[in-house]
Amino acid sequence: MEKKTPIYERHVELKGRMVPFAGYLLPVQYETGVITEHNAVRNKAGLFDVSHMGQIVLQGPDALENINMLLTNDFTNMSDGRAKYSPMCNPEGGTIDDLIVFRQSKDKYLLGVNAANRDKDFEWIKSNVKGNVEVLDISDDIAQVALQGPNSYDILRKLTNNIPEKYYSFLEDVDVNGIICFVSKTGYTGELGYEISCDKTDGVKLWNMLLDAGEEFGLIPCGLGARDTLRLEAGMPLYGHELSEEISPLEASLNFTVKMEKEDFIGKEGIRKRGTSRRRVGLKITGRGIAREDCDVFVDGQKVGLTTSGTHSPTLGYPIAMALMDKDYTDIGIEVVVNVRGREIPAVICDLPFYTRVK
Amino acid sequence: MKGERFYLKSHEWIEFIDEKTARVGISDFAQQELGDIVFVNLPEVGDEVVAGEGFAEVESVKSISEVYSPVTGVVRSVNEKLQDSPELVNEDAYDAWFVEIGDISAKEELLNEEEYNEFLESEN
Repeated sequence: MEKKTPIYERHVELKGRMVPFAGYLLPVQYETGVITEHNAVRNKAGLFDVSHMGQIVLQGPDALENINMLLTNDFTNMSDGRAKYSPMCNPEGGTIDDLIVFRQSKDKYLLGVNAANRDKDFEWIKSNVKGNVEVLDISDDIAQVALQGPNSYDILRKLTNNIPEKYYSFLEDVDVNGIICFVSKTGYTGELGYEISCDKTDGVKLWNMLLDAGEEFGLIPCGLGARDTLRLEAGMPLYGHELSEEISPLEASLNFTVKMEKEDFIGKEGIRKRGTSRRRVGLKITGRGIAREDCDVFVDGQKVGLTTSGTHSPTLGYPIAMALMDKDYTDIGIEVVVNVRGREIPAVICDLPFYTRVK
Repeated sequence: MKGERFYLKSHEWIEFIDEKTARVGISDFAQQELGDIVFVNLPEVGDEVVAGEGFAEVESVKSISEVYSPVTGVVRSVNEKLQDSPELVNEDAYDAWFVEIGDISAKEELLNEEEYNEFLESEN
């Protein structure tokens, strides 16, 4: 039986098409449809219920040391109020999850994790922490929404003047028109945007307030379908596709998140041993057809890769995909053939992200 | 039967041009269920199609669905417009035919408009 987020009833009222996702019932789209929702985020603004995301707190005098040991990125010189993205690896170098760390203080960190990995992450972290540190799963107490798109600042500004300025920074205890919120300048769409969380009992009120405030700015509710097409265009990995316990962050081309010069962290040796015999790249499909996940990729009749996600890109107007390619076939411009259910569709290796917003 | 539209329970429609020739597409209900259609994979002229078996695929942003043939016959022509503008299926599912089939030799059990609407209601 799937769980419902604190905003579930509103999605039903708004005629969201509810589907099971990571143990929750969430809207895959509303009556507007995926493409309209996608375009709203690119051109105006969209509102997503992301209450399913997990939230884990690490606090105590040894929190920083543990974070640095558990995660591949380096948190040593991070300031309060800043956020940082990082994979979390197993000793073999496979990826347990990818997450965002919010530094609330030197001794307190909030980890935003994937819904599907929440229990696994919590158990892994609890069984690997050392010293004086407490680990708490606060996911069930919180409602969270993502306000994304070029108009999101103007919408939020109507409800509060306390808005985080820098990308990947956040503010706590923000009074959003009467609701106490945690507001971060983060997102999963490649656009300007904010993720806003509050106590679950205020979730519906926050959702309604934002939708009302955003009406004049073209804000519409958006579902999981648009979330996926937006993150794909932005070249962002999705756990279970571009990342898994069998894929290292270096194979997923997330080099900027892996600090091999750090003294030690779980997975350091594993990642090194594993190497990068394959790498994540982008594919622009030049033929007719949509390559989704798990399609073999060929060059000269030889299998040299596998797609991990793919879709029709509403912004670009042609199909795109991401693939793990053998290291000799990762150069931009290489022409490949993707096998889509028996059909051979031409594609070309391209740079990620597919889409970068105009600032 | 000429000019009248019939349906399959799998949500395809068929309209006969004469006894042996008909156009096939997907129903308005089907396009609504699929959402934004972004790709239609059609067979080629000359391909044989078999009643009750898949002959085309229609893809929305999120999903792939097989399209089943209401009849056995040979593809006479395909609607090329759908290759570049698959959204035509969303705009008017009964204008956006997929294929024209000739030499029709067998049929699936077809529902008329009223029977199809009753079927949709009973499913709901």
